[in-house]
Amino acid sequence: MKRLLATALLSFVAATAFAAGDEFTLTIKDHAFEPKEITLPAGKKVKLLVVNKDATPAEFESKPLGREKVIPGKASATINLGPLKPGRYAFVEEYHENEAAAQGTIIVQ
Amino acid sequence: MFAAALIVFRESLEAALIISIMAAATRGIPARARWIVTGVLAGLAGAAVVASSMELISNLASGMGQELFNAGILTLAVGMLAWHNIWMSVHGREMAAQAMNTARAINEGTREQSVIFIVVALAVLREGSETVLFLYSLATSSADGFRTTVNGGLGGLAAGALVGGLLYAGLLRIPLRWFFSITGVLVLLLAASMASQAARFLIQADLLPSLGAPLWDTSAVLSQTTAVGMLLHGLVGYDPQPAGMQILFYVVVLVIIASAMWWVTPRGPRKTR
Ligand SMILES: [Cu+2]
Repeated sequence: MKRLLATALLSFVAATAFAAGDEFTLTIKDHAFEPKEITLPAGKKVKLLVVNKDATPAEFESKPLGREKVIPGKASATINLGPLKPGRYAFVEEYHENEAAAQGTIIVQ
Repeated sequence: MFAAALIVFRESLEAALIISIMAAATRGIPARARWIVTGVLAGLAGAAVVASSMELISNLASGMGQELFNAGILTLAVGMLAWHNIWMSVHGREMAAQAMNTARAINEGTREQSVIFIVVALAVLREGSETVLFLYSLATSSADGFRTTVNGGLGGLAAGALVGGLLYAGLLRIPLRWFFSITGVLVLLLAASMASQAARFLIQADLLPSLGAPLWDTSAVLSQTTAVGMLLHGLVGYDPQPAGMQILFYVVVLVIIASAMWWVTPRGPRKTR
């Protein structure tokens, strides 16, 4: 029973790992997002790789997507998204959220 | 400067609300003030450690370390709050009778003290580590510079503490007859809200399905960035765009703790002493 459970759990983990789809990259430099708008496919799981080129930590935050993640300085982090409905989803670099350069939009279509 | 004040206010408000409710809910427990202060200090020390090892934490669990760490802290806090509320259901009446007379303190109070300590420390640890990173990021990078960031941060912290203090003062004005029921409900909602936040991190780590993301959207009616939205987020976990799994966690934890409290509450006619 225990082994069965372990096998089931392992295949579940493997399934979710393989189900993970395409990867998209977003860069932060001088507290500005590049690009400011990023287009992602609807209806499937995607990974967003956020590369922080600054020496200071940044926090990717999107209230509409329910995501928040700290990215240490000179490091990158993966954010799992989706499956998403078509639409526009705003995100910010929370530590500089009032600056226009630290605001961006994910377009799902 | 204003950005620093606002972000520190938002983070410290969440911690301040949790501390105020715990302080009120443990009214009458001996040496509670000392445990709260120790909890805050331990939380601050922990926040500094977490902030400085954020890179290490992030890289754990194939990049999902941060999500699992946050979910873990929140789950631990939910467990502690549940334990506190169930304990209070057993001892609430005695506490109500003795709240004004700490000299006749209940013996089990000593275990309750460690719960106060852990809940306070975890709240400060979680909100504090984000704040430490934010201040570091802003102080070294923005045009604001170090001094204005620190000034703004202190202003935000003071404002957060003030709201927490007002809540505590308000709770103390409640007649003793209802006091423990009302603080009990507040702690219950706090636990449910933390469970829903833990679910959000587990969805982000791709360990749970979202079951509809978002399930509904009330951000046009009441945004989480407004004062009322912020307060409701801190008190009952208001989220204008919640995932279905978050609602499921919220309701399940609420029902489980409430049933356990009801189950252990001594019933039947009681002699008034
Ligand atoms: Cu927070």
